[in-house]
Amino acid sequence: MSKPIRLTNAHQSITFSRRMLLLSGAEAAVGAMLIGRMGWLAIAQNEKYALLSESNRVQLIPVPPRRGWIIDRNGKPIAINKASFRVDIIPQQMVKGTDLVSEVAKLIDLPPDEVDRINRELAVSRGFQPVSVADNIPYEQYAAITVRLPELPGIAASRGFTRFYPGGSTVGQLIGYVGAASADEYEKENKNPLLLIPGVKIGKEGLEKTLEPVLRGQPGGQRVEVTARGKLVKELDPKPDRSGNTVQLTIDSDLHQYVARRIGDQSAAAVVIDVTNGDILAMPSMPSFDPNNFSDGISNNEWKMLSQDDHLPLVDKALESLYPSGSTIKPSMAMALLNAGVDRSQRVDCTGAFQLGNHTFHCDKRHGPVDMDTAVVHSCDVYFYSMCLRVGAEKLSPMVRSMGFGEKFDLPFDNQRFGTIPDPEWMERKYHRKWQGYDTVNMSIGQGMVLINPLQLAVMASRLATGKRVVPRLLKNKPVVPQTQLAVDEDHLNFIRKAMWGVVDHGTAAAAKLPLDGIQMAGKTGTAQTHNLSAGERGDYTSATWKLRDHSLFMAFVPFDNPRYAAATIVEHGGFGAAVAAPLIRDTITYLYDKQKALAALDTFEQSIGGTPDARLARKTAAWRAANGLPPIQPKQA
Amino acid sequence: MITSAIIPKPLARLPWRLIFLVAGIAAFGLIVLYSAAGGSIHPWAIKQALVFLVFLVIAVAMSWMSESTIKSIAFPLYGVTLIMLLGVEVLGFVSKGAQRWLDLGPLRLQPSEFMKPAIVLTLARFYELVPPAEIRKWRAIWPALLLLGVPAVLILVQPDLGTCIMVMLCGVTVMFLAGLPWWLFAAPAAAVGVAAPIVYGMMHGYQRKRIDVFLNPESDPQGAGYHIAQSKIAIGSGGIWGKGFLHGSQSHLQYLPEGHTDFVFATMAEEWGLVGGVLLILAFAGVIRWGMRVSASARTRFGQLAAAGLSATIFFYVSINLMMVMGLAPVVGVPLPLVSFGGSAVMTVMLCLGLLMALERQQRTGSSNLA
Repeated sequence: MSKPIRLTNAHQSITFSRRMLLLSGAEAAVGAMLIGRMGWLAIAQNEKYALLSESNRVQLIPVPPRRGWIIDRNGKPIAINKASFRVDIIPQQMVKGTDLVSEVAKLIDLPPDEVDRINRELAVSRGFQPVSVADNIPYEQYAAITVRLPELPGIAASRGFTRFYPGGSTVGQLIGYVGAASADEYEKENKNPLLLIPGVKIGKEGLEKTLEPVLRGQPGGQRVEVTARGKLVKELDPKPDRSGNTVQLTIDSDLHQYVARRIGDQSAAAVVIDVTNGDILAMPSMPSFDPNNFSDGISNNEWKMLSQDDHLPLVDKALESLYPSGSTIKPSMAMALLNAGVDRSQRVDCTGAFQLGNHTFHCDKRHGPVDMDTAVVHSCDVYFYSMCLRVGAEKLSPMVRSMGFGEKFDLPFDNQRFGTIPDPEWMERKYHRKWQGYDTVNMSIGQGMVLINPLQLAVMASRLATGKRVVPRLLKNKPVVPQTQLAVDEDHLNFIRKAMWGVVDHGTAAAAKLPLDGIQMAGKTGTAQTHNLSAGERGDYTSATWKLRDHSLFMAFVPFDNPRYAAATIVEHGGFGAAVAAPLIRDTITYLYDKQKALAALDTFEQSIGGTPDARLARKTAAWRAANGLPPIQPKQA
Repeated sequence: MITSAIIPKPLARLPWRLIFLVAGIAAFGLIVLYSAAGGSIHPWAIKQALVFLVFLVIAVAMSWMSESTIKSIAFPLYGVTLIMLLGVEVLGFVSKGAQRWLDLGPLRLQPSEFMKPAIVLTLARFYELVPPAEIRKWRAIWPALLLLGVPAVLILVQPDLGTCIMVMLCGVTVMFLAGLPWWLFAAPAAAVGVAAPIVYGMMHGYQRKRIDVFLNPESDPQGAGYHIAQSKIAIGSGGIWGKGFLHGSQSHLQYLPEGHTDFVFATMAEEWGLVGGVLLILAFAGVIRWGMRVSASARTRFGQLAAAGLSATIFFYVSINLMMVMGLAPVVGVPLPLVSFGGSAVMTVMLCLGLLMALERQQRTGSSNLA
């Protein structure tokens, strides 16, 4: 490209000097760049890197906080922490590898799948972070490990805490349970290192789960200097932990356990409310699981047994199950009728059946001519069919709702369901069809689209008792919701209370009179159809399959003339409300006023069904395991 | 040079400023190695001190070599080194594994190290032989490309990317100074500039990831970017004055990998801060400048080219290593000479310095054969 020049030594020398200059310049530039870069790292970004270096150097071994207690309204423990013994492996102190694991497994009878889990966790663990070997072991095994500690380098036996529920299965549905965090929960908490510590349990269900932020507390920590390979270099000053806060419930744990036991072998939920402030005094749902077993991690087998049970021990029936209200809706319906101007003395002739179009609606018997009082006391359906049709659904639903049915309550539970009180507008929205006369007829006796939960039933009893908007409360530190007056006539209310007193005094629940002097109960029975049984089958429940039987409901308040407590129960497939539900509430109320008498009644009752709930659950588990070819569970620590 | 009646003449004639500078760097390196071992002269500082002293003596001894001797050994040295490189390849092939070492009984030789000064001397000698009029001709280019290309490929397949790059850069520097046409250097540089994005586009996912990690080490701090990320943390957390001698947590807690070899600068910077780093860089700059001066004042073309090439070797050593630890270049495994633990880098640099001292002595004594 360049034309041929005769290059000489002189040329070459000039070229060399020029290029040397360039090279020196380039070298100097690189040097300057390096110094500039270092200055940038060490001055401009010093803060950032100093922080990173510090977080490299100092690691926090979290010390789990003690979980807060759950206590009842009188300070009695419902969920507490019990000292327990546990064994961990500190990987960096291990000398023997998997031999150590098998040696320990022999000492404390670990099943092979647990040994696999430990080996798996050891393979991925960081040196100073302990791997859990066994939790909540009996003292003998703990002692067996401790005496051999010198021969087992890497093994740490320690005292820890496990959750303990003195109420056992009676509080299962109310309190829920705790367990080790799952991978999902760990991710959800942004990989909170606390959740990885062996023995740390978090709330999984019920109050334990919803109150987790209050109960957990602040983890402390041993601040340590560790090498990149996880070797501990030295311990720095620790950061103290803060225990979780105690949560006080409005529950009266004695009463709660009494009711739970009194439910017996039925599948039922019951609620007792202090009508003066809405405090929920008891809210058992039975049968239930024993949360003490869950906190050690429940076995697949036990889970299977519980989930296959048709009495639904894994469901909180007080809040999560919905039922037709049956006749328990009638006092509220009567209030609506009175409000709409119906004359309470006007009679309807009950012939035992009611014709609407080409369909016949039945009454459970022929009541003859009935006025409103009789219709409530003897639970005459025909009266309500005809009166409600006359008034119309638009005037009924608002009153029923104001009494608590279909209402949402702010309680610390995840899976509450609130049911439905239908009306024409709702029907249009939900089913895109016009409200029909038979819808009113169905609703008038709490069937059809009407769905409620047991808590709402108890709230209805409270509101009928007080004429005020009683709002249930479970946490003692939550302020009592001021009770506003309901938009009802005091005279109407007195009439209804009198009628409800009549139900227990000489009506459908006459067999459930309180065995107490001077205290009288007012209530209303309910029988909610689940299937269309023939009248014959309905009369003779032994012939109908359990699953097909009607639900048995009862709500009540006491004392009738100056209400203090309201109570309600729904017994799944219990049959007539008067037969099962009313006696259950009778005994519950009795317990509130005369414990001796109530406990005596419970004793007789439990003997007839085979012991306390925990004893029955244990027997049931054993029988189920035997039937499924599984070995019996070894008894846990005494 | 020191002029004193007390010191014997041969000693007084040594380039003492350079020797002090080099000894200063090495001594600082020993202090850093002492700290990197957790405050112990074992296992690194003591060994390194011995190696340094041995090679310092060898370098000083070499300074009595005449330029003609150096010239005469240039081609044979290159030839022997090339044969040893081939030998390493054959051994590696036989033992079915990558190999960089040649085991000669008690001696373990890494031929690629010798190739750095050897390529400089050979190319300097070659261009001395090329008449000025021929310098832009093809026949002044292809033999040099061959002389450079063969060992570079042999080292690359060892595989030793760092040394390969160093040998290439040393050779290219000599060729550049020899006066080869501009386009020969500009064109490949431009080609790389154009091709890089295209090649990046054609790369596989994992290859691309490596590039990404180099460009942004924080994107994968636990994986491929770990070295660079931790090194930057060490340097950045040192601040201006450093965390103090023996107080570098990054190196002492082993977060900094290779804290006594390739990443020794980060170990140093963490404890001695920006001040230590700048002093060390300036000390190296002093050594390189001394070498460049030897080149500038050389009276022979061989002396010019050899001295410039040898000081460029030291320059590339230092700058590639520092760019690497500061996150400006990918991790290619080039140690920081005289500071990083390991004999071969000390050996190479001291050989270069020995040759430079020899060339410098020629200038002063005027015994060069100016033809």
